Amino acid sequence: MTAPVLEVENLQKHFPIHKGLLRRQAGSVRAVDGVSFAVRAGETLGLVGESGCGKSTVGRAVLKLIDPTGGRILLDGEDVTELNAAGMWARRRRAQIVFQDPYSSLNPRLSAGAIVGEPLENYGLASGREKTNRVAKLFERVGLRADFMRKFPHEFSGGQRQRLGIARALSVGPALIVADEPVSALDVSVQAQVLNLLIDLQEELGLGYLFISHDLAVMRHISHRIAVMYLGRIVELADKRALFTRPLHPYTEALLSAAPIPDPTRQRKKLVLQGDVPSPANPPKGCHFHTRCPYAIARCKVEDPVLREALPGHQVACLRREAGPDALPLPA
Amino acid sequence: MASITLAGDAEPRPGALARLVTFTRRNPTIVIGGLLMLALAGLALAAPYITSDPLKMNPRMRFRLPGEQFWFGTDQFGRDVYARTIWGTRVSLVVGLSVAALASVLGLIVGLLCGFYKAVDGVVMRVMDGIMAIPSILLAIALITLTRPGLPIVIVAIVIPEIPRVVRLVRSVVLSLRAQPYIEAAIAGGTKTPKLLLRHIVPNTLAPLIVQATYVCASAILTEAGLSFLGVGVPPEIPSWGNIIAQGRSFFQIAPWSILIPGIFLAIMVLAVNMLGDGLRDRLDPRLARRM
Amino acid sequence: MQRNQPAPLLEVDNLHCHFFTLDGVVRAVDGVSFSLQRGETLGIVGESGCGKSVTAMSILRLLPKGLGRIVDGSVKLEGRELTTLGDADMRSMRGHQVSMIFQEPMTSLNPVLTVGLQIAENVERHLNVGRKAAMERAVEMLRLVKIPDAERRVNDYPHQFSGGMRQRVMIAIALSCNPQVLIADEPTTALDVTIQAQILDLMLELKQKLNTAIIMITHDLGVIAETAQRVLVMYAGRKVEEAPVVELFQRPLHPYTQGLMRARPRLDVEAEEQGRRPRLQEIQGMVPALNRPILGCAFAPRCGYATDRCRSEAPGLTEPVPGHLVACWEATKIAGMGHA
Repeated sequence: MTAPVLEVENLQKHFPIHKGLLRRQAGSVRAVDGVSFAVRAGETLGLVGESGCGKSTVGRAVLKLIDPTGGRILLDGEDVTELNAAGMWARRRRAQIVFQDPYSSLNPRLSAGAIVGEPLENYGLASGREKTNRVAKLFERVGLRADFMRKFPHEFSGGQRQRLGIARALSVGPALIVADEPVSALDVSVQAQVLNLLIDLQEELGLGYLFISHDLAVMRHISHRIAVMYLGRIVELADKRALFTRPLHPYTEALLSAAPIPDPTRQRKKLVLQGDVPSPANPPKGCHFHTRCPYAIARCKVEDPVLREALPGHQVACLRREAGPDALPLPA
Repeated sequence: MASITLAGDAEPRPGALARLVTFTRRNPTIVIGGLLMLALAGLALAAPYITSDPLKMNPRMRFRLPGEQFWFGTDQFGRDVYARTIWGTRVSLVVGLSVAALASVLGLIVGLLCGFYKAVDGVVMRVMDGIMAIPSILLAIALITLTRPGLPIVIVAIVIPEIPRVVRLVRSVVLSLRAQPYIEAAIAGGTKTPKLLLRHIVPNTLAPLIVQATYVCASAILTEAGLSFLGVGVPPEIPSWGNIIAQGRSFFQIAPWSILIPGIFLAIMVLAVNMLGDGLRDRLDPRLARRM
Repeated sequence: MQRNQPAPLLEVDNLHCHFFTLDGVVRAVDGVSFSLQRGETLGIVGESGCGKSVTAMSILRLLPKGLGRIVDGSVKLEGRELTTLGDADMRSMRGHQVSMIFQEPMTSLNPVLTVGLQIAENVERHLNVGRKAAMERAVEMLRLVKIPDAERRVNDYPHQFSGGMRQRVMIAIALSCNPQVLIADEPTTALDVTIQAQILDLMLELKQKLNTAIIMITHDLGVIAETAQRVLVMYAGRKVEEAPVVELFQRPLHPYTQGLMRARPRLDVEAEEQGRRPRLQEIQGMVPALNRPILGCAFAPRCGYATDRCRSEAPGLTEPVPGHLVACWEATKIAGMGHA
């Protein structure tokens, strides 16, 4: 087993809420509330959840694009939590990010070549002719013609723009790429092209991916392990196969049964959750999920469940699973 | 949906003239405003060659009607209104352009700092709010009466109250740019703050800034005319549309042309600047219309 | 298709919609025909820019004035031509006989009016009843779309509702005058998975109850499979395939439909082979620009089966299997080979 390229321990990010004329702090949104996981080289860890669950905040916090409130972040085994901007600069080469929106993630005023070459320039890795050559290689590697370097972002289609974003992330030779919903804004036929590219690159370069998405089908395709988030916490973390065939957390079960499946002959018993996701500014006491959970008992309303291993390599945070993995009826 | 284009396709390049015609048809206000401004600038530059001395008094030629000899007539001292109006174009242009340039540069610097550094923002924006609370013409009068009148001090007096408006605009643009993923991407790609500002932020503030500069320019021209009319602007020995109108005011019934003609020039110049600004706004950033 | 069936409720025939832009004439809808029976759910599926939303907008004549316009074809509701209807008649038709819900439940509601008032306005306008009766109807509609505590929430403003609840309100407005046709344009795309399931369940349940015909427009084949009875596949402004839902998913005949189905990873199938993630089948290239005339089949440049004929001559619709229409020269060959 390879060493982790990213380890996160008890990561927290709270956004203060200011109110009133004097902008006093009136509380905080616990966007990320104690999250721990690790990503190994060559591995994709999927981070799945609905909007507002904190998955994108995790992605930005591990790169220190926003400052975490608490916890520890280890990049390549080195603690970067306390590093200042200058210290972090030296380590950014190892961890890059690909964004969801292929339109706003590229500066409209720079040419494609300048966008992809900028990180090379920043780290003094190449300049002049050498830089042009490296950028041309990167273009070809992500499936773009090298003579597209002189074009501007608006001249590219959504899928091509996403390829540019990937080339920019690759330029400095990272070990980890945080992919924040990289295919959600793309059409189905283009999604496949980008997913294939990401998988090819991972196998070729041994990259670790922290792949953030709300799309379970994409997750099942690209991830090795998957962490399910709900209101700032990981409720289940397991190997992909285990998670999809035998989800242990009621929320995972509900997510899986809610996703529409392109097969009209399939009759499924759906576990349709009632109600909405509560506000992360004021999450329910006890287990955050108990307000929507069909299996909730009195204890769930007062006691915080801890993420623990219910089966080898299969972690779940559910009080009702404590007696063992078979304590609750499993979905048919 | 309407703008599906196939990336990688080369469109046949139309000729320069055809492109000019298309540009004019799509942006008529830019072309008309721009041509008017060019014409006025040409007059201002050529003033020494196409006019006589604007200060030369000729008591025998008082209140002459516009005609062959004096195209725009003469005033109560027999001075040539044509020469005075053309020379006045210089003052208006110099004031308009330098106020627009100074306000933009200072506003850009302060706005960038406010948008990028929270600590600066809190203090500076309160100061800006304070300046905005003072009526600009009163502030200008106060500044001018405290010092010696002259063109530079008029410019400074008009610039100060214009700065907060530019700062607010730049700051709001910078704040929205900071939230753009490409800024985050640049930071993640190791771009340091000075380069981030110069390469990614400043170029994206230029479009709204240029548009704002045209409005500042138009309002500066009007303010200068107003100050000169009130007698606190440029000194009377420099002809400016404002002081020409002020001096012609008492003899309006005898020589209306000495008021009407500089007035018309003033209106045309402000109109031209505003047309240019509106056209640039629509062309550079249609969404900006809402922000202003 | 038209064998011994009752006259269709809505009939769209050879619809052409053009957008007149600075970049030329965009043929957003380029000859689309379909019909909708009473109580039926018709799915229209396709990727962005395929013309599915424009088709829906032009049924209600909601194309942006001065930019887009129906240039040819007809839209008939119960035999009545809608494309030539006067503006006043069209207004009384919208939200009454035909109503629509949109993707964005945030921006489709007026933020300064209570949701009750927004439902009541629609009722007053079309059903000629007073404010009091209309407000009662509003409460009844909120109850119908299962908003808890409807009597109180009728006086709430849109911002007091969550995304899913707002989409319920939109459905309540759309159904408040018992429309015969409900056009749903990506109604769940902006919603989370668990909320999407709630809304789809609700729409299907209401359809049973009220017998409203639905046109479900989406890019998501999963949503189509779970809701539609008949499906229309659109590509570059044209209809490329139409079939009953089970038939379409079991035997897609058009190479584009096949490509769409294979390009999407499956949630219900373990795809791993010997611990390796398989490659998804890509559709090469991209959607053609619509501001230039397309010669031949619009999909030909991306199609693995394309022949010279495909590139020069546009295929008409054929019916190789009863009830299954497809616009492809190679369809019989593809059908004969069977679907892998």
